[in-house]
Amino acid sequence: MDRVGIIKREKVWWVPWAFLALPLLMYLIWVIGPILVSLYYSITFKDSIFYPKGVRVVWLRNFIRLATDPQFYLALKNNLIWLAFFVIVPVPLGLFIAMMFNLEYKGSRLYKTLFYLPMTLSFTVIGTIWAWIYHPDFGALNTFLRLLGFESLGSTPWIGDKRYMTFALVFVGVWRQVPYVMILYLAGLKGVPVELVEAAMIDGARWGQRFRHVVIPLLAPATVVAVTISIIDSLRAFDIIYVMTNTKARAAEVLATYMYSSAFHYQDYGYGSAIAVVQFIITLGFILIYVSNVLRNELQQ
Amino acid sequence: MEQVMVKKQSGKRRRPALVAAFYVLSTLLVAVWLMPLVIALFTSVKSMDELMGNAFMWAPPRKWIWQNFAEVWQRVGMSRYVLNTFIITVPSVLGTLFVSSLAAFALAFYQFRLNRTLLIMFIAGMLIPFQMLMIPVFRLSDLVGLRDSYPGVILFHVAFQLGFCTFFLRNFMKQIPYALMEAPRMDGASDFLIYRRVILPLSISSMAALGVLEFTWIWNDLLWSLVLLQRDVLKPVTLGLANMQGEFISNYNMTAAGSIIAAAAPLLVFLVFQRFFISGLTVGAVKG
Repeated sequence: MDRVGIIKREKVWWVPWAFLALPLLMYLIWVIGPILVSLYYSITFKDSIFYPKGVRVVWLRNFIRLATDPQFYLALKNNLIWLAFFVIVPVPLGLFIAMMFNLEYKGSRLYKTLFYLPMTLSFTVIGTIWAWIYHPDFGALNTFLRLLGFESLGSTPWIGDKRYMTFALVFVGVWRQVPYVMILYLAGLKGVPVELVEAAMIDGARWGQRFRHVVIPLLAPATVVAVTISIIDSLRAFDIIYVMTNTKARAAEVLATYMYSSAFHYQDYGYGSAIAVVQFIITLGFILIYVSNVLRNELQQ
Repeated sequence: MEQVMVKKQSGKRRRPALVAAFYVLSTLLVAVWLMPLVIALFTSVKSMDELMGNAFMWAPPRKWIWQNFAEVWQRVGMSRYVLNTFIITVPSVLGTLFVSSLAAFALAFYQFRLNRTLLIMFIAGMLIPFQMLMIPVFRLSDLVGLRDSYPGVILFHVAFQLGFCTFFLRNFMKQIPYALMEAPRMDGASDFLIYRRVILPLSISSMAALGVLEFTWIWNDLLWSLVLLQRDVLKPVTLGLANMQGEFISNYNMTAAGSIIAAAAPLLVFLVFQRFFISGLTVGAVKG
């Protein structure tokens, strides 16, 4: 009789949906819905979304405008700089540091803890601190450069000069990203014997061999995650730029900040949505790689 | 062959040169990496005279002026901003833990056709660029009167964080033996009762880990308060600090003290619950 009861209950198809009702409703209202609405706004004109009766659909006009907008290309170019640096620097450096701390010598836990610290800070705090470090006259960076004898370089306004500002901001982002990638690699290294890593780090002659054939394959899943997450983070960059330049430095703009200023400073909601859609489409590819990687890992289990 | 070589270098006979290199390199690395934080700390307790007079930002202060903190806390109004952040963060974290536990339960214990699709939706949603949500969320909040209010921000945080939290909790619940679900069922317990009395208590530790991570993320959020809150009395500490950055541009000891105040809570949470933190950040990284 009990048996019948179980089977019967299993067949009540709506039970999972009863649990899902509230979360799904909220997700639809605040995440899925807005994505669709943004897609729609991207083909409407200016601020017409605030006059629902007068929405003017302009189809691809916003995107055509984007295609001829130098500021958009600048933001796109800056995003690509962010993306490149977020892969080139944190991935190898994070791997190296993870391998080092993973040696499990006495005190490596303390080192790990200290190295994580930047990860816990908000971009607002980080941006505020670094703005001071970059100060042309009193900042620690220029003081240090002058101390080393680089007099002219030591008076550069790092976030005030068009030529350097994006690199100065990316540097700050990278500073925070390296510990994150290290965490991902430390998790990946859990499956690799410490001796192997140790050997890889000291054995000059066989180093390359072992690294290629032993460590790299074992770390492939962690690498996929580190790379995709870093790319997604680089495409999301906003806070650092907002805090350090107040979005007033147009030369440092990326898609996220250009979207924000278009929509919320110039009330150009249609155009802002079009920028968001471009940002979304670029990110989507990497999101799909990440998701399929997660699913593949799960099937293996 | 490989095995033998590995064994030879293992364990007790570690090379002293390598050990020495480890300590030198690690110390150097951590010292350089944390220099910005040291500078911020020193700056926050220096006087403006000392800041302008002594060129070396990394030098310890000649006189530690803790008064700077009191001034930022009271006169600049950091105390209000910190309180506001608590008002936003605590309900957001609790809310998202509760709502996501419902979704995670459904995805972990029931087989139905859209199970995988919903999981993918939750995972993908957590990585979406915020700009894609900004205008509609702003407009929706405005339309229903939630703009410029705490519930507007809190509800958004709860909803958006569902993606990550559901993913995280579902992975944890998957490891709970299905038998624990079946036994009470035989005794006639309803599925909701099983959720509340069996699965939730078993998930408390992983929910705590998740809560620690979510607390930090929501505490550190700038963008959504920027979009949804206009009145100064409502603003969280990140926004307060960003404004200070603009207004007190020349009083660096004040902004530094402000950033340390803004960083204090997440930093403390991290130091106390470090292990939770790491387990949360690496979910999906190795074992799915």
